[in-house]
Formats: sequence, structure tokens, C-alpha cells
Amino acid sequence: MRYLSNAASDRDRMLNAIGRHDVEELFSDIPAEVLAKYEPIGLEPKSELEVFDAVRRLADGNPAAGLVSLLGGGIYDHYVPRVVAHILGRSEFYTAYTPYQPEISQGTLTAMFEFQTLVCELTGMEIANASMYDGATALAEAVLMADRIRGRGRIAMATNVLPQFRRVVATYAWAAGIELVEVPFDASGRCAWDRVPHDVSGVVVQSPNAFGVIESLAGRKAALGDTLLVVATYPLALGLLEPPGAFEADIVVGEGQSLGLPMGFGGPLLGLFATKMEFLRQLPGRIAGRTVDADGKPGFTMAAQTREQHIRRERATSNICTNSALCALAATVYLASVGADGLHQVAELCCAKAHYLADAVRKTKGMKLAFDAPFFNEFVVETKEPARAVQRRLADAGFLVEDPAELEAQGVRNALRLAVTEQRSRDELDRAVSALGGKR
Amino acid sequence: MKTLFDHASREGVGGLFPACDVPAVALHDVLGAGLVRARAPRIPNLSEGEVARHYTALSKLNYGVDDGIYPLGSCTMKYNPKLNEDVARLPGFAGVHPHADADLTQGALGLLHELSELLRAISGMAAVTLQPVAGAHGELLGMFLFKRVLEQRGEPSRTRILLPDSAHGTNPASAAMAGFSVTEIRSNDRGTVDLDALRAELDSTVAGIMLTVPNTLGIFEENILDVTRAVHDAGGLCYFDGANLNSFIGRARPGDMGADVFHFNLHKTLSTPHGGGGPGAGAVAVSAPLVDYLPVPWIVESSGAVRLDWDHPKSVGSVHSFYGNFLVAVRAYAYLLQLGDSGLREVSENAVLNANYLQERLKKTYPLPYDRLCKHEFVLSGESLPNHVSTLDVAKRLIDYGVHPPTIYFPLIVHEALMIEPTETEGLASLDRFAEILETIAREAQENPDLVRGAPMRAPVRRLDQTKAARNPVLSYPFDEQAPTT
Repeated sequence: MRYLSNAASDRDRMLNAIGRHDVEELFSDIPAEVLAKYEPIGLEPKSELEVFDAVRRLADGNPAAGLVSLLGGGIYDHYVPRVVAHILGRSEFYTAYTPYQPEISQGTLTAMFEFQTLVCELTGMEIANASMYDGATALAEAVLMADRIRGRGRIAMATNVLPQFRRVVATYAWAAGIELVEVPFDASGRCAWDRVPHDVSGVVVQSPNAFGVIESLAGRKAALGDTLLVVATYPLALGLLEPPGAFEADIVVGEGQSLGLPMGFGGPLLGLFATKMEFLRQLPGRIAGRTVDADGKPGFTMAAQTREQHIRRERATSNICTNSALCALAATVYLASVGADGLHQVAELCCAKAHYLADAVRKTKGMKLAFDAPFFNEFVVETKEPARAVQRRLADAGFLVEDPAELEAQGVRNALRLAVTEQRSRDELDRAVSALGGKR
Repeated sequence: MKTLFDHASREGVGGLFPACDVPAVALHDVLGAGLVRARAPRIPNLSEGEVARHYTALSKLNYGVDDGIYPLGSCTMKYNPKLNEDVARLPGFAGVHPHADADLTQGALGLLHELSELLRAISGMAAVTLQPVAGAHGELLGMFLFKRVLEQRGEPSRTRILLPDSAHGTNPASAAMAGFSVTEIRSNDRGTVDLDALRAELDSTVAGIMLTVPNTLGIFEENILDVTRAVHDAGGLCYFDGANLNSFIGRARPGDMGADVFHFNLHKTLSTPHGGGGPGAGAVAVSAPLVDYLPVPWIVESSGAVRLDWDHPKSVGSVHSFYGNFLVAVRAYAYLLQLGDSGLREVSENAVLNANYLQERLKKTYPLPYDRLCKHEFVLSGESLPNHVSTLDVAKRLIDYGVHPPTIYFPLIVHEALMIEPTETEGLASLDRFAEILETIAREAQENPDLVRGAPMRAPVRRLDQTKAARNPVLSYPFDEQAPTT
């Protein structure tokens, strides 16, 4: 097998050195009845050429990859600068382990420190960890952390948070014995703050939310008092939008896919997690810190490890070990490539193009925007005819639009969610409007 | 180390994105004044060349599997085939949105379905979910499944998880996150679970046991069937941590050993890269009584079409936004296709042969507290080193010889532990070189201990001050810090 480096003669020498005659002797400690029950999985080995062909055929079996995407809901069809893949393809990065030996991991650790800084800059928070699995698990861990800090056993969560986030939060909260209280949304699609109960450890909102609507966060923290404000966000939008930190959020999480990751059928993704310095001891996950070496030369190492499972075991702040390090590197290289100016530019492109499409929808007979509230690059359209028929018409014209069932489950009937990124041209948007039934 | 933020920002870089081809929007008008960002994030604007050079320079400060042997015990740092990287980047996989309709994503859904079937066969269990994205995430799902099944059986008072004292830290942490308490079971002098100590704990408060098979000493529990039978007889469930599957893949199955839940680490056993700490993938296999509780959506096949199936009311819910780490699954799938049944057997054969060869050679120089047949890894002790040379010193000195150190100070039951897992992809010459270096370091500890205690000398940095990092945490770039005057 081509991934092995021992010749048959090497194996004989090694067996001889350890005083064994047959390699099967090495498995004599496994009960014989277990070994006897083994059944092969029924695969013949293949050559690299054959495997490449077989797997490529499966890749070719996804026409979705070639269609024009108006899909959103947390994952977006953004452009990834070519340099990102080239840096990620350096095996010094992608084949390395977690940097437990900092002297030969300064590349990974420096990038982690940069990533943490970038997340703080984007979200307006004081500290950020080195990543979580995805936005949904980041939010679930934020809920656990908020309840560890305030200890009231209850968390309020808006129902306009993305369904995939709410599902994961519900699972984690159930297991931890935390009660989730649902907070409805108002006619503008925003969280109904007057429905937030008082005796909760934290309140969870998302901005922009599952309808693309930007929540109004000004003054909310002051009204909440010591109840923690937990905000899930869309990091690329923060190129334009005032960050949650500016509204005194206590914990900010997000799905980082928009920062240079392929959509990849939903994984791997990148969970962002940021908070205030005062909560450092309650933070889940790894974090890199600056220090000096024996000669006083600056360097980086993992910091605040006494929170983590390999030291604190059942009293750790989380069980997380493997995270999304390489995805965090992608986000770091992405942000380094676009810079502050490019980030503003790409966010502005998304915003302008989405508003261009929304304006056309507003002028289209039988269509209107479901919510009269500010949005970034995503909005919900209410249709007079069945939404599924409109979705089918868009699909026939080569556009990917989400099944309306998900919005319906969230209480928005006969509606489609449309997301627009910098990759959509005016021509594509005009064609989408035609397919919707408009005049252009 | 120069960071991104130490580079001078310039104006007018641009050129990545086109000019806007729709009417520009007045942000304050469409968003409202209070929602528009007041202060730009401090990210320098750099040329592409500056970015490429910065990260290439950083990469050169790292040690990866392509640089040499990476004998981290319990981590299975085997070679990561290049083919897998290339197929995972095919636009037909990378460019698929997870909300696209199933009839437009049959290739991706089909791959996930086929991979879960292959993993099911490898595990000998009833069903597999690919949703967990890390080993610890698989453990957590396993604990959620325990909790749900015990609730359904009307036994919520079973709240204790038993753990051998050699367990990974993630095991107790995962149990705690699911609301269980943890009871440690001591190991016997052969390094395996003490059956009497186990039986003494088995009562009606026990939810189950978490076992690493083989354990973190690299030792297979010869009594595995007695252990799982005892737990089952007492009404408990058995979780198997699959971190060490590399030692028996292709010749034995956890399903035949009494496992109720078993997690795979695709980033260990199935060769997908570790990425400097992630992403991984932690597929979970379950026994027949637990199938109904698996997370939604299930990926099911009927009459040639694969679809997402959400209709499982007993399910624990979801543990990931979508279907797990799909692009990691693509890599693992390509790996399994390449290996086939014969390749799987060769993996475990060479992993175990390599480990036993190294163990036999190195035990002459470093004490081997549990001296017996090992599986894919073994644990030496640095406690007999002279002149106050510690295991940490040995690890740092290995760096000077251009070799990655083994896992150190774990498992906790071995004093000054050096946990060595060579993996099957190392050849005899590489093993001999590694052994020679460790033997040289033992000699140096005798003859020139300062050399070892002061290591590394040849790394990008010398030993880092961990205390300073903890006492005065600087966790993001200190933009406001005065530049040092030199």
C-alpha cells in the first residue's frame, strides 16, 4: 500500500527484533472470539487514478455548485481571494498538530493571535478564542457560559435566530438542564424585547437575524441590567455595521464562513467566540497569548489553559479540544488580503446589490418585503402566489433559492429568503427579477 | 514574531472586487445612522505579495507531518495523502450550499451516505452519524445519547459515568457537559481496568462507562468482554473512545466488543490532516437500541435517491449546523477507497509493528512501566534521567534534532510520561533515527545536562515563559502599546 514506508524485509527485521514470528501474534491480546467475528467491508483497494476519477464523478453529481446562488441563512456564496487557498495548502500549516510544543508552532500560534485580534476588531470585543466548531456550537457554548456566570438556569432566545443555531442550542441546553424561553419577533421581524423575561441568565439575539433584519441593540444592555446580552452575528456584515461590542454585548458569537471559507456543503465551518476580559476564566476553547522566550525574545504560546479539559477535566469550561484552526487561518488570511478597505468594499457591494434586488421586488406585482426594517444583504419576500411555485420558477431560470418550508416553520408564510453577495452581477439580479415575474 | 498588525498599511491597494454595477446606496439612509459602523476595524491594507510573504514566513516556523516523524501519542499523526486534499477542493464539493435542494446535491449526499455505510461496516455497529466534527464532539453526542436513552427508559437517576484513570481529559469534560458526574476507576498493575474496582462501583446510579480501546497506555483491555458485560448486566451503557482505532482497524470491531457508542476520529485514523488543531471529524456509530436517538437530519437512501430525513421524534436533536465536516468526509472517503480491505489490515499491522519495535528498542534506555505487548503506542517514563533532566527537557531537546516530541505528561498514571505513537506511515529507517536521537539525549543527560535542560537552541524561539503568559495575559494585539525604544 503506497502510504506505507516499510519494505517486507524491514517488517521481517522488526519482527525478529521483537522476538515474534508472525505479525498476527501482535494481536493476540484481542479476544479470539472478537477477531473471529470480523467481517471485511467489501472494498477492493484502488489506484490513485481510479480513486480520483470515482470521487470526481461524485463531485460532478452536484449541479447546485454551478447554479446562481441566492441562498443564505448563515452560509453565503462569497468570493475567496486566490491567495487564501495557496497559504492553506502549505503543509507546514495543514499537517501540523495543535500547538502544544510552542517552539516549533510559532506559525500556528502567531496566526491564532492574529485571528483573535481580528475577531476582537470586527466584533468590538476585548477577547476572542481561537475558534469553535461552527456558529451554532459557538452559540450553544455561549448559552452554557452565560448560565455558568449568572446561574439562573434559564436563557431567553429569540425565535428569529437561525433554525440551525436554535436546534443545536436546544440540544446542548437540554443536556445541561437549562430552560430555554422563546422570545417572539414583532411585526418588523425584530426581537420583541418587551417579551424578554427578567429572571434569565442571558438573552440571545442574532443580528442580522434569520430574516436578514438588523436588530436594534441600542440601549438594550442597560435595560437588561446584569442579564447577559449574547449576540450572534455575521462577521462580513461587520465591515459596515456597528459591532455588537458597541452595544455592550457580553458575549458575541458568529459563523465565520463568510471570511474566506468555501460553502463546502456546510462544513467545515468556523465558530467565532468573543467576550469581555472579565469573563476570561469562563471562556471555552483555546486561546493564544503573547510572552517571551528564555532570551527575552517575544513569542506566542497557549494561554489560560487551566480552563481547558486536558488540565481541568470534568471541571473544564468546555470539552472542546480539536477546533477549526485551519478555518481560522483562512479567515485570517482572508482579512489580511482584503484589509479594512476591502472589507468595507465587499460589504458595501453586498448591501448595494441586495437593496437593488429588493427595490425591484418591491415594484413587482404580487410581491412585497415581509418586514419593513433595515437589512444588510438578505431579506424575506412575501409572495401572493404559493412561494414554492415562485421558487420553482427561479430554479428553472438557474437560481438557487431555499425551500420556503424553513421560513414557514419560523412563522413566516408564503415567503422566500433571498441573499445577495458581491458575486452576483446586475445582469443576474435582473434575470432573477424577470423570473420572479417582474418587468425588467 | 512579526504579526499582521506590525505591517504598515497603505492606501489604494484594492483590485480584488469589481466596481459596483448597481446604484450605490447611502448607508445611513438604508440602514439608519445608529447601525453604520463608526470606526473601521484596524486591519492593515497590504499588497498580495506582502500577505503571501507574511504567511509563508509564518509557515516556516511550524513543524508538520511533511517535515518528519510526528510521534504524538493518541494523536495518530500519520501522513496525509495529497490526493485527499485535491478532491476536497473540487468545485463540485467546495461550492455546494448546504441548503440547496437534495436533487441538486446527490453526489454530496451520496458520498456522505456511502461513507457512513463504510464506517458502519468498520465498526460492526448498527448505524453511523457524520454530524460530530471532532472526537470530543462525538463524545458529547455519545453522552447526549446516553442521557436520552436513560430518560426514555425511565432511569434518569443513573447519573454517574465511570472512567478509567488513564482516560483523555475530554472524556470527563464531555460527561460533565451532559450533566453526568464522573467516577474514576483505577487501573491494575497490568495497566488495564481493575475488574474488582469496576464491579464495586456498578450500581443503579451508573449511566455507563467511557473506555478508550486500546487504552492510552497503548494496551488492549484483554478483559474487554468482561468489562462491557459487567456494565450491561448492571444496566449501564458502554462508550468507546475511538482515538486509538488505528491499532485494530481492519481486524476487530467495537460492535463485537460490546460498545453502545463508538466515535471515529477521521482526522486520526482516516488520515485527514489536523490543520494545526482542526477541523477534524468525529463520526459516531451506535448499537441497535440507540439508533432512534441519533441526531437529525439522517441521511437516508431509498430507491437510488439520497435525502435528508428529519422525522425522528426520539432524536436528541442536532449537534452541528448541517451535516458535519463534509469536506473532511470527502478526504476520509477517498482514503478508504484507496485502501480497501487489504489496506486497512496493513494499516493496523504496520502501526502495531512499528510501535512494538520502538518500544523494544527504547525500553533499554528509558523505563517502560507497563512492559508488555503494546498496540499502536506505548508510554515510557523520563523519571530515571540523571541531573534533574525532565521529560519536558527531553521533548525540547528532540526539537534541536529536528524531530517533533511525543505527547508528554500524559497519561497521568505514568510519572514523567513520554507517550510515543509512530503510526504506520513511518518506515524502519525513520524509527531507527528517532530511537538513536532519544538514546543520544539520554547520554547527554548524563554527560552534558545543561545542553538538554537549556533546549531548544535551534528552534525559531527558545523555551517560552508560560507563567508570564498566564500572569499578564496579552490575548490580542496591543495597538495602544508604546513601541519599544531601542
